[in-house]
Amino acid sequence: MPHRFTTLPSPARTFARTLAASVAITGLVATAACGSRAGEETAAAESCVDTSGDTIKVGALNSLSGTMSISETTVRDAIYLAVDEINAAGGVQGKEIEIVAEDGASEPTVFAEKAEKLIREDCVAAVFGGWTSASRKAMLPVFEDNDSLLYYPVQYEGLEASENIFYTGATTNQQIIPALDYLAETGVKSLYLVGSDYVFPRTANAIINAYAADKGIEILGEDYAQLGSVEFSTIVNQVSASGADAVFNTLNGDSNVAFFREYANVGLTAEEMPVMSVSIAEEEVGGIGVENIEGQLAAWNYYQTVESPANTTFVEAFKAEYGADRVTSDPMEAAYNSVYLWAATVEKAESFAVEDIQANADGVSFDSPEGTVVIDGDNHHVTKTARIGEISADGLLYTVWESEGPIEPDPFLEGYDWAADLTVTE
Amino acid sequence: MRNFFATRLGTWTGFAAAALVLFGLAPLVLSGFRLGLLAQFTCYAIVAVGIGLAWGRGGMLTLGQGVFFGMGAYLMAMHLKMADAEFRNGPGAVPDFMELAGIRELPAYWAPFSSPVFTIAAILVLPTAFAVVLGLAVFKRRVKGAYFAILSQALAGAFAILLIGQQSLGGFNGLSRFRYFFGYNLDDPVNQQMLYFIAAGVLLVVVAIALQLRRSRYGELLVAVRDAEERVRFLGYDAANIKVVAYATAALFASVAGAIFVPVVGIISPASIGIVPSIMFILGVAIGGRASLVGPVVGALAVAWAQTALSEQFPSAWTYAQGLLFILVIALLPGGIASVAALTKRFQRTPAPVEAAA
Amino acid sequence: MDLFIGQLFTGLSTGSILLLAALGLSLTFGQMGVINMAHGEFIMAGCYTAYVTQQVVGDAGVSLLIALPIGFLVGGIMGWVLEALLIRHLYHRPLDTLLVTFGVGLVLQQVARDVFGAPAVNVTVPEFLRGGVDLLGTTVPKTRLFIMGLAIVAVTAVTLVLRFTPAGRRIRAVVGNRDLAETAGISSRTVDAGTFFIGSGLAGVAGVALTLIGSTSPTTGQSYLVDAFLVVVAGGLGRIKGAVVAAIALGTFQAVFETYSTASLAKVGVFVVIVVFLQLRPQGLFTLRTRSLA
Repeated sequence: MPHRFTTLPSPARTFARTLAASVAITGLVATAACGSRAGEETAAAESCVDTSGDTIKVGALNSLSGTMSISETTVRDAIYLAVDEINAAGGVQGKEIEIVAEDGASEPTVFAEKAEKLIREDCVAAVFGGWTSASRKAMLPVFEDNDSLLYYPVQYEGLEASENIFYTGATTNQQIIPALDYLAETGVKSLYLVGSDYVFPRTANAIINAYAADKGIEILGEDYAQLGSVEFSTIVNQVSASGADAVFNTLNGDSNVAFFREYANVGLTAEEMPVMSVSIAEEEVGGIGVENIEGQLAAWNYYQTVESPANTTFVEAFKAEYGADRVTSDPMEAAYNSVYLWAATVEKAESFAVEDIQANADGVSFDSPEGTVVIDGDNHHVTKTARIGEISADGLLYTVWESEGPIEPDPFLEGYDWAADLTVTE
Repeated sequence: MRNFFATRLGTWTGFAAAALVLFGLAPLVLSGFRLGLLAQFTCYAIVAVGIGLAWGRGGMLTLGQGVFFGMGAYLMAMHLKMADAEFRNGPGAVPDFMELAGIRELPAYWAPFSSPVFTIAAILVLPTAFAVVLGLAVFKRRVKGAYFAILSQALAGAFAILLIGQQSLGGFNGLSRFRYFFGYNLDDPVNQQMLYFIAAGVLLVVVAIALQLRRSRYGELLVAVRDAEERVRFLGYDAANIKVVAYATAALFASVAGAIFVPVVGIISPASIGIVPSIMFILGVAIGGRASLVGPVVGALAVAWAQTALSEQFPSAWTYAQGLLFILVIALLPGGIASVAALTKRFQRTPAPVEAAA
Repeated sequence: MDLFIGQLFTGLSTGSILLLAALGLSLTFGQMGVINMAHGEFIMAGCYTAYVTQQVVGDAGVSLLIALPIGFLVGGIMGWVLEALLIRHLYHRPLDTLLVTFGVGLVLQQVARDVFGAPAVNVTVPEFLRGGVDLLGTTVPKTRLFIMGLAIVAVTAVTLVLRFTPAGRRIRAVVGNRDLAETAGISSRTVDAGTFFIGSGLAGVAGVALTLIGSTSPTTGQSYLVDAFLVVVAGGLGRIKGAVVAAIALGTFQAVFETYSTASLAKVGVFVVIVVFLQLRPQGLFTLRTRSLA
């Protein structure tokens, strides 16, 4: 209790003894319990996936609380929809899929912890989820060490290929490069880069700089705002003063709201200085306000308005399940695809085992809402059609340009000479 | 009970019981995964002991312990990344994440961290020294109470922002993917258990240090400063020095906890050390009983466990629970769990005042 | 040169946003030494008040003008309830108040998330505030001019109330010396409740205004809170004058620093400046001489 003090006869000695004892115990136990050293093989973790019953467990790991819950709950809805559909059609290998849901709480450490729980305690056959690069980077060692599978559904900065992750969102050559191609085609000679201060914008801008140097496009400025920042006066002033032909926007989340309001208010318009965004989908338009963003461009692989039979089914099923006022977006579609791609690979391999899925993944395809997607067995990404969309007054995005057929994934940009200096490939 | 634990025999019994539970019982009953979680929670408990000292005994509400936790964590993570790169590509190799970020040359400030000895020394010295400098700057000018709390909170915010901007420290993603811990494979379950033992051992050491400080003359002075800083000053003591010692000790504890946290969890990023994580460190301490010795440890473990258990089922309910715990415990039970026994025993007496007017 | 003038203006504008967010805090912090961490959530409540009002009224212009007083009431009532239920019972425990109100903030955020959903909602900017005005060769958004105007009105109103009304006199008396004021027959409890009502109401007004430039989501309040606290600390305990000068100084510093560096470094710079500044003036810009020892 705070106000009572008991001074021992010889506190220093007691202390020294306690300390010595604790150190001794720790040292003893720790050294007695040492395992393999660097360079030695560690016995591979035994998979505990149970394939004997009528059901097969998979994990859904999305942030249901915290800042990222805005986006990630929509992805979870799409995962549940795909699982329900597959179960209604008879399941995978005759087994019903059972979802074990976990909350990543928008924190990378929680993602790592929950991934480990799903693999080791719940014994799931595969995990679907993750959103931020930080969450994926945190989960990657967990999946590699436990030799399990993650299906990651969001466009990202590329430069990664893990045996234990399937990437069903776009890598840079399926989103950023097509967006640049489109801008170059429309006669853009100078760009201003605005992004949030984290990995995706920085990598994207490094690629844009290399591309621009090669194609003779001038980069007039590059600014980063702290994630969640709502003060864009300075940046917009600089953009406005630069007189660039277009703006490439890699801002994330709420920052977009403040940015586009400021942008419209200093009198910049989509006609004179269009903004190409890579993180604004149908979900985000509502919060920004259509009047502030109408006519601006976005680069994705899927929009709710994509015309295909598969998409009509998907949109109808989604609205029937979650309400007519809900919209579908690119990450949701990629998450929906990821479940189907996993199921298709399992059917092809006739096994839930990780090594069988890895061996059989190459060439597995799914007739998805965005068009047919095919898994590349070498880098575990999928082929995707790039689409530039324009934001219209009804809050939806409409395709104004699309690539000629699906683009092969190239996460390390090995097929682009101008990108040679960007990365050291393994 | 309390009197018994205040005796030398009692102290030994307490430590022996704790050691038995941590080293004997926990590994027996917990699966490898749960033991890993316990190791993580133990790191939070180590931070909590420091906060208990600075806040419970010294009255300094440090809302910025994430800074010191982060320092220790990043210093350790730098060593692990260096060791990893050198093991794969020889001396002077660039860690893998830098290759991806397009950094070809190893930044000069990274080089010394290939040495384990330098790293451990840095983990012990750097955050402590920073705390001493900052503490002297702040306490000598008699910035205290709410002012200090807000400054320490802003410090945590500024530190996280600064780290996000450093691509050579992994930026927003932070540092992750550690394979070896001082030469031992991190994916080996036996070595993971070893990490847990280290964490548990450090916790015992840290509690022993805190106990010693409490029982010493210094501990009495610290409480005196908390309750009546002016009077201590009138008696001829320099209150600022007394506070700096507690503040720096708390920083040291947090740094060590961060250093152990990194190999246990496998990632450190700005998201774990900003304003909100820093306040969350406080919650466990408040619930356990800020002024007691074992209270912060128990509180931190309980809160971390509850978060894991509850958020699995009810993510939204956990946020409410967190908020309500803050409100109810601090408003109604400022002494935390530790004060419950005392309260029920002699409810006629007024509970111990926990904080003086700042 | 255009950019430079633009940045000076930005400093003023950022400063007035900070000031709006910090004004209420300065009042409550100054009078009671209470740090209200839920202040950010009161701002957020103001934002949602603007949103709901707009949903009901429809016309963006009319609803903005109606939402301002409603926002004041919503924020004020929330603050008044908080004071009556919790803060009143935690006198002499300012640090505990800080933590308790942080808990209140967490709960309010989650309430907003459950009621309005996690995604940001859109509050339409009225027609007459869209676009910009040309001023000395740069384009100044009308929304920012509006916010500057509102900040001036708010500061003037608070100053007038404090200086010329009986209630203001009582508030100043309690700020100066609580015990002496009590002996003079002023009920410090009533005064505290009143101050908290006004201070929190100002947060509500700030929230309504901030929907013009920022987003409206459950975490909106958080973006302003720490900066607002720094303004209060730098400005000095309970001095409106201090808050005004500190807000404008910090806003300008940040805007100018950001031009030559990055937004992130500017934030770190602000912190360093404040720590150094407190070395010179530990009690903030304008110290209030009180007769209390603390």
